Amino acid sequence: MSSAIVTTGIGKSFGDVHALRDLDLDIPEGSFFVLLGPSGAGKTTTLRVIAGLEKPDYGTVHLNGIDATEATPAERDLAMVFQSYALYPKQTAADNIASPLRARRMGKSDLDQRVRQVAELLHIEHLLQRKPAQMSGGEQQRVALGRALVREPRAFLMDEPLTNLDLKLRVEMRTELTRIHRSLGRTFLYVTNDQVEAMSMADQVAVLHEGTVQQVGAPTEIYDRPANRWVATFVGSPRINLLPCTANGQLSGNGWQLPNPGFAVEDDRPALLGVRAEDLSLEVRDEAATLAGTVYAVEPLGDRTLVDIELADQRIVVKAPPTASLNIGDSVRASVDLDRIHLFDADGEAAIPRR
Amino acid sequence: MAEVLVKNLHKAFPDGTVAVHDLDLEIADGELFVMLGPSGCGKTTTLRCVAGLETETSGQIVIGDEVVSGLRPSQRDIAMVFQFYALYPHLSVHDNMAFPLRAAGHPDSEVSERVNEAARMLRLEPLLKRRPSKLSGGEQQRVALGRAMVRHPKAFLMDEPLTNLDAELRADMRAEVKHVQQRLRTTMIYVTHDQTEAMALGNRIAIMNQGRLEQVGAPMEVYERPATLFAARFIGSPPMNLIEAEVTNGHLTAAGGLQIKAPDGLRRGERVIAGVRPERFVVSAADGDAEAARGRVVSREALGDETIYVVETDAGLLNVRMPPTVRLAEEEVVAVRYQGTAPPVYDPETERVIDR
Amino acid sequence: MATHIQPIDLADAGIAGETAAPPPVRRRRRLGSGIEVVLLTVFAVVMLFPVIWMLETALKETRDIYAVPAKVFSFSPTLEHLKDVFSSGSPVFSGFKNSVIVSGASTLIATVLGVPAAYAYSRFKIPFKKDQLFFILSTRFMPPVVVVIPIFLMFRDLDLLGTLQGLILVYAAFNLPFTIWMMKGFIDEVPAEYEEAAMLDGYSRLEAFWRVTMPLLVPGIVATAVFALIFSWNEFVYAIFLITDPANRTAPPAIAGLIGGTTIDWGLVAASAMVFAIPVLVFAYLVRRHLVAGVTLGAVRR
Repeated sequence: MSSAIVTTGIGKSFGDVHALRDLDLDIPEGSFFVLLGPSGAGKTTTLRVIAGLEKPDYGTVHLNGIDATEATPAERDLAMVFQSYALYPKQTAADNIASPLRARRMGKSDLDQRVRQVAELLHIEHLLQRKPAQMSGGEQQRVALGRALVREPRAFLMDEPLTNLDLKLRVEMRTELTRIHRSLGRTFLYVTNDQVEAMSMADQVAVLHEGTVQQVGAPTEIYDRPANRWVATFVGSPRINLLPCTANGQLSGNGWQLPNPGFAVEDDRPALLGVRAEDLSLEVRDEAATLAGTVYAVEPLGDRTLVDIELADQRIVVKAPPTASLNIGDSVRASVDLDRIHLFDADGEAAIPRR
Repeated sequence: MAEVLVKNLHKAFPDGTVAVHDLDLEIADGELFVMLGPSGCGKTTTLRCVAGLETETSGQIVIGDEVVSGLRPSQRDIAMVFQFYALYPHLSVHDNMAFPLRAAGHPDSEVSERVNEAARMLRLEPLLKRRPSKLSGGEQQRVALGRAMVRHPKAFLMDEPLTNLDAELRADMRAEVKHVQQRLRTTMIYVTHDQTEAMALGNRIAIMNQGRLEQVGAPMEVYERPATLFAARFIGSPPMNLIEAEVTNGHLTAAGGLQIKAPDGLRRGERVIAGVRPERFVVSAADGDAEAARGRVVSREALGDETIYVVETDAGLLNVRMPPTVRLAEEEVVAVRYQGTAPPVYDPETERVIDR
Repeated sequence: MATHIQPIDLADAGIAGETAAPPPVRRRRRLGSGIEVVLLTVFAVVMLFPVIWMLETALKETRDIYAVPAKVFSFSPTLEHLKDVFSSGSPVFSGFKNSVIVSGASTLIATVLGVPAAYAYSRFKIPFKKDQLFFILSTRFMPPVVVVIPIFLMFRDLDLLGTLQGLILVYAAFNLPFTIWMMKGFIDEVPAEYEEAAMLDGYSRLEAFWRVTMPLLVPGIVATAVFALIFSWNEFVYAIFLITDPANRTAPPAIAGLIGGTTIDWGLVAASAMVFAIPVLVFAYLVRRHLVAGVTLGAVRR
């Protein structure tokens, strides 16, 4: 598959802050590619560098194989949806959507037809004569999307477009965006700090942390085989439980011990045990593979209950069935699914493989 | 420690909008009571009336055994924690927490004792000497909580205190708030628009909509059996499936042959709306089973610990929650089955649950 | 982190743990409170009396102006002084004409140069931007009169003394820093994202500015231009120093020139002053909302 966008070794600083360091990305043509990371990780900066709104300190941007590092935004043939939508306040929705076509001097009748097509696709025909101030957040978002879709650009760049919407709208727009992507078959580069969005929409996810790419892969890959502790903590809700330990034949931590299910370690290596809430259970199956503690809090969520357990010096979360009934202060033991735990190196925090 | 009673609370603003319509709430002593609803539903206005920051148009607020309507906020013996923490930037964490006690004239020994107790419970001991600007958002919110706690008030009022924090921090603080409230056993009234927070925290949840109460109940009660279609749509993510069905032969039958277990007390031929949680449906590759309804997978969200399928059927778009091991592709034709006990059913006109 | 945000209506409510002190009681203002009304009336009369007297003088017949005891209400108004102001022979008429030319031209120059400069300061990364902006603002820290002598000498050498062009240059130079500062504030308020979106649509930066940002700046430009106009219109020191020929003088020195010599036509003086003040009052009224905004812009960062 050919690459729509490739960034090589991009670096960008703002004063003392290194927003991006040696950023390498390869975005395949036609994919829904998500850039995931916490705020400040450099995601928006990456998008702006690709769009040509910022100049990188070093590194190159290639679009469909051609070096575009010096090209203006207009020349790059990309469409962008901003987090704030950036709709022109004095223009109607129709004018906003038509703007890219007008810039390229398209004829009026063709222009009107394209605008109408896009408006139908997004169910906003009734909004075309309104100004942005007369529309709700969700409606504005669709108009912003329409302005991007009205052309057939090389790729669509989206900067956290759903963040300002309420939960219900966000869930709706997620399915809609995937639907549009599937029907258009074009490259989408989507930036977000919401890992649920990334998991549910992406063909591929690149996890960004402190300006570099930590791991690239399909959502399930990132979830099941995180390359390091950052990726493991960022993906998955509730957050993965991390317990410092020393590893050799056994994994030993403060007040607990588990057998080593086959990690390639020796000599009391300092490490970090990672185990997800759903890989812990309140049913004790194997006596040797348990963690003991007291119940700190019980959170019934309807389809599941999260039980926060206090171990010697930290808390872990266990995903329990909705019927679980415990009280704070109860002594409790949680079974660990040794096949599903992760081990990270305490220094480099990279994942330690199994033999 | 006190119960809080809201009696016939009615609040109308000068421009005519009615924020709260004749609201009655009984909040038990030591309860963590959550008020949940979309913005504009009246939950914050109600909280502010209890606090004394708004004056009710009519009705009464009772805290403990004292009618507090008409009293100033500072005279009601309550403590409030806001979305924006309002810490004194020029005072250390310790002094921030000590301030209300010192201002009230408590002796120094008592002040130290209470501040240290709160600091221990909220794990703020290493931060006592720091200034707020040197703290993270979560730490600041804990200090705000501590400052409320030291006063040993009759009730805590929380106005969306976690909304400002990012997702990870919110989950941590949630457990913390719950733990602290259960340890202190002080009455807490908590306002939020986040249904996950409401479910996780509340001993009971009051769902509000446009100034009126939709339902009050324990989390699992509200989850399993929402009293109205509004509550059904509001609680639960992904949202509850609301399916039009007809009562036939001991079953509820929806379009396309989807069969759902019927609760007792319904009449043959009655038209209802069945509220089915995503985990009550099961999808599998289409088999020859004529009993099961057919559908087509429209989208698939692989979230790691589970996969949510949106399936298009004759009965509408259904959300189905499946374990991650089940792998069905988009556009695949699947069989949809209902499993488990009878779901709540709703009257299409009144939008209320049918209880016979 | 919002450590300093105190919900506005909660100060001293005593429940966020701040203090148990009673909240300040809101005193209801009642207009019937005698002492306040009396004091305010006295104050108003004292402040407005000179203005009212001047207006009356402009409309009184000459003999009524000198009448003793002074006639405050019992006079019949006449328009002869106002007619004198606008008659082509009168010295103040050419003064007004020159004032219009000088104010208009200097404002135009300051605006045409200032707006792009403000845009650059707002949008681009410029080395030592903060220092440059401070330097620009600092030119207004001193009263303009401080440099009137050096400028006089420079203009003499450049043959600009006594010319309207010279005065226009001086006014443009004094208006420019203020224009840049005020416009930068207005441009800062317009999110750069509008232009970025336009550029991604396919427009060049200039087209993007013209199509998207300019329409939003029109009120700001008008407000800034009016401020510059008011300054130029009222300016006296340079007007009197640099231009001595009555034919080229602007209105302020021309009106001042009426006072002196054997007989002073007070009616004409008052009428000229009245006519002179009106445009300023009208314009100031039009931009009254921005009078506050202009002063505080940039002081509060969004």
